Formats: sequence, C-alpha cells, structure tokens
Amino acid sequence: MVTASWYLILAAGLFTIGAVGLLVRRNPLIMFMCVELMLNAVNLTFITFGRELGDIGGQVSVFFVLVVAAAEVVVGLAIVVAINRRRPQATADDLSALRG
Amino acid sequence: MLSVFAQADIPDIQWLPLIPHLVMAGAAVVLLTVVSLAGNRLPGWFASAWTVAAGLGVLATAIPVWLRVDQEGPSSTIAGSIGVDQFSVFIIVVLACTVILTALVADGFLHRESLDAPAFYVLLMLSAAGGITMASANNLIVLFLGLEILSLAVYVLVAMHLRRAESQEAGIKYFVLGAFASAFLLYGIALVYGATGSLNLIDIEGILRGDELGDNGLLLAGMAMLLVGFGFKVAAVPFHAWTPDVYQGAPSPVVSYMAAGVKAAGFAALLRVFFAGFGPVADDWQPVIFGLAIASLAVGSMLAIVQNDVKRILAYSSISHAGFILVGVQAATDDGVASVLFYLAAYAAMAIGSFAVVTVVSGPGDEGTGLDSLRGLATRRPLLAAGFTVLLLSQAGIPFTAGFWAKFEVITAAVDARSFWLAVIAMLAAVVAAFLYLRIVVAMFLDAPDPDAPRLRIPRGPALAITIVVLFTLAFGIYPEPLLNLANDAFLLITFTAPH
Repeated sequence: MVTASWYLILAAGLFTIGAVGLLVRRNPLIMFMCVELMLNAVNLTFITFGRELGDIGGQVSVFFVLVVAAAEVVVGLAIVVAINRRRPQATADDLSALRG
Repeated sequence: MLSVFAQADIPDIQWLPLIPHLVMAGAAVVLLTVVSLAGNRLPGWFASAWTVAAGLGVLATAIPVWLRVDQEGPSSTIAGSIGVDQFSVFIIVVLACTVILTALVADGFLHRESLDAPAFYVLLMLSAAGGITMASANNLIVLFLGLEILSLAVYVLVAMHLRRAESQEAGIKYFVLGAFASAFLLYGIALVYGATGSLNLIDIEGILRGDELGDNGLLLAGMAMLLVGFGFKVAAVPFHAWTPDVYQGAPSPVVSYMAAGVKAAGFAALLRVFFAGFGPVADDWQPVIFGLAIASLAVGSMLAIVQNDVKRILAYSSISHAGFILVGVQAATDDGVASVLFYLAAYAAMAIGSFAVVTVVSGPGDEGTGLDSLRGLATRRPLLAAGFTVLLLSQAGIPFTAGFWAKFEVITAAVDARSFWLAVIAMLAAVVAAFLYLRIVVAMFLDAPDPDAPRLRIPRGPALAITIVVLFTLAFGIYPEPLLNLANDAFLLITFTAPH
C-alpha cells in the first residue's frame, strides 16, 4: 500500500537533489534543470497534500507554479544567451569579475 | 461542460482597492504597446514621463482606499486572497514613490548609456505591480505570484546593461540564487498548506489559534523555508551573499529600485505572513528572527568597512539596514509593525538618493563606482556633496534626519518587547556603521579632487530626485509625527496579538 507519506518523502528527496545539484554543478543550464526539479518536487508535495486534505487548492496551485517555472526559464535562458554571445562556453566559475 | 461553468461561484470583488494594482500593471502594458507601435516617433522623455504619471496615478488612487478602510475597517476581497488594509496601502505608496524617483534617476542614465529606455520603464512598473500584489496578498499562492512578477522583472533589469560583463554576471548570479530562494519559499508554502490545510492567511491564523500545532514538524519546517525565501529577498544574513555582487554589477538606477522597492515589498510580505498568518505561534519564529537580525547587523556593519567600492559599501549597509528592520519585526507587536513601516519609508528615500548620487558620479559606462571617484566631490559639486552627506548621515542615524527616528522607533519597539540584548546590539551596530558612512563623507570633503577629472554633468531627473529625498529626509527628521502617525494607523487585516 503506497501511502501519502511515500510521495512526500519522494518529493523531499527530489527537492534535496535539486538543491544540492544547483550548489554543486557549474553549468548554467544544469543549474536551471535543478531549479525545475525543485519546483516539480514542490508540485508533487502540493498534489499529495491536496489529495490527502480533499482540497482543490493544492492542485490549483500546481498550475500557477507551472506557469511561474516556464516564465523563470525564459528569463534565465535569455540571460545565458546574452552571456554566451559575449563569451561562449562560459561556466559559473568564469563569471568572477565581481568579488571583494 | 457548460453546466460546470454555470455552477462556478464568481467571488465577490471590491474594485476600489484593486485600482492601484491595475493602474500600475496597466500602465506598463500600455507603455509596451504604445512604444512597439509608435517606435521612434515618440520623444525621448515620453517613457519616463509616462512612468512618473503612472506612479502619481497609483498615489492618487491609493488615497480613497486608505480613507475607505479608515471608515469601514479592513476587509479582504476576491475570495479572501487580497487583503484590503492600511498596511498594504502604506506599502503601495512607498512602492509608487520608489517607481517615480527611480524613473527620474534613470532618465539621464539611460540616455548616457544608450540603453533601451522603454523596456526599462516597462519592467520597472511590472516589477512594482508584483510588489503591490505581494504587499496585499492574503493568500500564500497569490503572494508567491506577486514575488515572482517582482523578481522576474528585476532579473532582467539587473542584466540589462548588455555592454558591461559585470551587469550580466550580476544578472545570472541574482537569477540562480533568486530561483533557488523562490523554490525554498514555495516548498515552505506547500508544507504550511499540508500542516494547516489552507493557503489563506486568515484561515491559517484561525487554525493555529485554535489548535496546538505549535510543535508540528511540517509547520515548523514550512515556516523555516518561508524565512529562507524572504531572507533572500530582503538580503538578511546568512542569505545575503548575492547582495554586494549584484549591487556592484547592476545598473545604478536598478540598484536604487532594488534597495528601496524590493526590500519594502519583501518585508511587507514577511510581516504579513508571519504577523497575520503565524501570529499565534510567534514564540516559534521570534528566536529565528532574533538570530537573523543579529547576524545581519554584525555582518553588514563589519564587512562594509573593508570595501573600496561605493556600491559595495552601500550594499553592505543595506544588509545592516535589513538587520535593523528585523529588530522591529522581532518585537512582534503592533508598535513593531509601525516601526518597520516607518523604517521602510525612510530607508527607501535614503537608498534611492544615495544610489542616484552614485549614478551621477559613476560617469559613462557606469564604471566609476570606486571610493576614489568621490574624492573632492565637495569642491567639484558642492550641492551634490551636501545632499549626499545628508543622506549618509540619515543612514547612520544622526538626529534631525529621518534615519534617526527610524532607528529610534525599531529600538524602542525592541525594548518594549523586552528584547534588551537585541536593542543593545542594534545600537552598537549603529555606532560601527556610522564609521563607514563617515569614510565616504571624508573622501568627499577632505580629499583633494583628481585634477584630470572631467566636469560632472548632473541631469535634471536625478537632480530633482535627490532634492526630493533630501527634503523628505530633513522634513521628517525634524518633524516626524505625520509619517509616524500614518505608520501607526497602518494596521494589518488581522490585528496582531502576541500570545504572551
């Protein structure tokens, strides 16, 4: 019997993988994928709670999160494209003009 | 299929309180449409004048909302998802003034740097519209949407100086860390939803008041994650790492908006969620805010001293200001809310003015932001130096400036809430921070100017903006009662009552 807590634990695991990946990986595209993974882990959490509580609010929230995630990727990719025009193949480590 | 729609309840909507939201967002959309249709036929000043007019429109439409709430008391609209209270009106006014002043500051800057001017103003207004939504959201998902509208526009604004590598580096750093923090905030919302079964802050408050959920693991984890997300937006230590880099790399007028507007919207959302929603479990979150406040005060004031770039110094000072505001939040009283609102208004003026001076002084390419670019400013431009000095003294909290009353109010709120240690540390941090502001003043007045320095041009827009904020700072420094009274009247939808 798969209970709600299994889904919650899976979501927590996915969220952790995303968070750790974002901190560890240096390629901007992989970092975006990690953000997506974190957001989708939240979506799974919302759906699970919505079903457990018998409340439509959790599922409706997922739609909003999907829209936000799409908008976020558009902006992020635009910034990456702008950087890549200037210096191709840049990783997060190459961006180090700002420090002090 | 049709019957499904027929059954759907259309919630009751009060339109009056929504007009400021609609004016700000609508002005952005109209400007975008007009500019893309009319293109080059518009005069150069059109976009900034439009933005100033939109800001004034928001101010004008906020007044009837304030008066109506004064008479009828706070309420909520659109099925309880938007709070109609004087707290949100206060923040809307702060955001509208921020937009007006930033548009003035940006006017000369965008011409100098030959950047795409209309896009800047469209994004500025969209971001402020998100901030307005954040400040009045009474539902956690609406709050998240407001936060994302605010943030997505700012990510683009930060990266918009395409010829400066630093601007794009700042953009990607802010974007990645911002998205990371948003994900934490959202996970926090999901966990709070799981623990309480509702996304509506009034319902959450009712559930927490009735039940003993204080030691519920889901709720505690959710509140912690929400604090991570808000801590990032308001640049509180330990979530501040992006601040110096982004402030240094972003175009200077954008920084003035970030320091004033984004911080105000972030603190407004934090106050609303934690006071209105999690008020009954204040004992759980007060110690965490206590820690964040001390860390922000210490790190902000200490690390600012070793910086040599004015924008980095002001970035660390904004972290220390976040610490002071958290002192007011930690008090968890109605006086605390009022002191935070007063601080946000006073800090918005100081921050916009300071970054306006940096915008003017930095020169072509937005490059000259080192401390040495300010050397001898008093002989080169005496009035500009005098105005900047007033703003810096206000940031330091010297009497007869609005900054003094801001610090006085938060520390009084902390003492009244019996947080004596926090008050002592805040006063020590104010002393340490005063040193770094004096360092800038000394560079302006005592150091000799560079004889080869080109003549400094001060465009009309920034000059007007700096004049306004200096007058504001002095006027409310000498006679703070009107603003204090407004902040004291700006109650939240649910009057906060501490559980002790």
